[in-house]
Amino acid sequence: MTKNWWKLLAVVFIIYTIIAGLLFKVPHLAILHESIRNLYFHVPMWFTMTMLFLSSVIYSIKYLKSGNEQDDLRAVEFANVGLIFGILGLFTGSLWAKFTWGTWWTTDPKLNSALIAILIYLAYLVLRGSLDEEQKRARIGAVYNIFAFPVMIVLVFVLPRMTDSLHPGNGGNPGFGNYDLDSNMRLVFYPACMGWILLGFWIAQIRFRMRKMENYFLSK
Amino acid sequence: MTLYSQVQSLIKKELVLEWRSKYAINGILLYIAATVFICYQSFKKVEPVTWNALFWIIMLFAAINAVAKSFMNESKGRQLYYYTLVSPQAIIISKIIYNFLLMIVLSVIALFFYNVVFGNSIGDVPLYLVSVLLGSLSFATSFTMISAIASKAGNNATLMAVLSFPVVIPVLMAIIKLSKNAMDGLDRSVSVDEMMLLLGINVIISATSLLLFPYLWRE
Repeated sequence: MTKNWWKLLAVVFIIYTIIAGLLFKVPHLAILHESIRNLYFHVPMWFTMTMLFLSSVIYSIKYLKSGNEQDDLRAVEFANVGLIFGILGLFTGSLWAKFTWGTWWTTDPKLNSALIAILIYLAYLVLRGSLDEEQKRARIGAVYNIFAFPVMIVLVFVLPRMTDSLHPGNGGNPGFGNYDLDSNMRLVFYPACMGWILLGFWIAQIRFRMRKMENYFLSK
Repeated sequence: MTLYSQVQSLIKKELVLEWRSKYAINGILLYIAATVFICYQSFKKVEPVTWNALFWIIMLFAAINAVAKSFMNESKGRQLYYYTLVSPQAIIISKIIYNFLLMIVLSVIALFFYNVVFGNSIGDVPLYLVSVLLGSLSFATSFTMISAIASKAGNNATLMAVLSFPVVIPVLMAIIKLSKNAMDGLDRSVSVDEMMLLLGINVIISATSLLLFPYLWRE
């Protein structure tokens, strides 16, 4: 229990997010209406993706220092799970866009950036797939992972802020932080972020253990 | 040898090699000429926005072709020989600088030829040249490291494209914005943001290349 409390926390937070997110009172805003509840699901996906990619880079750096195979496995699994959260983020965003902006996909800079960020990590997986030798694959994969991360950060966090975007907080649109996100919503939003991030790490941990066992039995 | 003299002699080696064969630079020049001409044949006349985008797309593919081979041309034995003589940092620095010079030459020639064929409507020529310079620098820094990675992964051209496009897209978007500002002849203070961003990206990419290359070349 001392080691696994955060998993329980993840479950509690996510159940709370789903129940409170769908039932609690939310501010009634034009255009957004009830779809504002998607805030609890769409935004945390990106936070989780960023945290997972960050962990992936940290383990890639660790791998280059130590040469330990486990670090490389961790880096890959963090990237894999991060990708899943990125795709979920795109999906929830697309759904939201359909109901508020009237279209599944626009040329909004944030959308493009997010898509390219996902392409970077898909390229990382393709690169790994193209190498057969395990140590070489781990080393070159780690190098590309570290090399691409700063570019991804510029892409997702700097570039969209320099141009107009339909997203809140960009190009004159009010951010949720200013007045839309009243204290009621914060009560759900922060636990939601924590819950999804913890769930992401949990999935990554399980996948890492599966990978480790696979390797163990394959090498036997 | 100090790092500085190592870099110096490596760049000299690259230039001499290039000058002796001339195959690469002539090939790329012909490639640019052919692409520009094909674009001219199919577009005839273009709007300023398309003019700018088309120029950068031509430059992007020229850059991939020019820089991709910077590590591919060298045999394994020769690379091993370099690594016994000089530090890995010297190799990546010299490659980046050499590719930067190559890209400047290529983009100036491409810009000239492109202007002759298509004509131009650039409002602020010095600023456009600055954006071309920054573009050359950005292409050189990002493609050099990617080509080093791709060369370790079996030198395949598809991989080069797959790895480099996502990395170069943010750079390309900033360059196109900057050069569009130059085309419209906007006040230069408007473009300071983009220039700082481009310089920042280049500093980050160069720094990570320097840090990571020593791990990459070890077999």
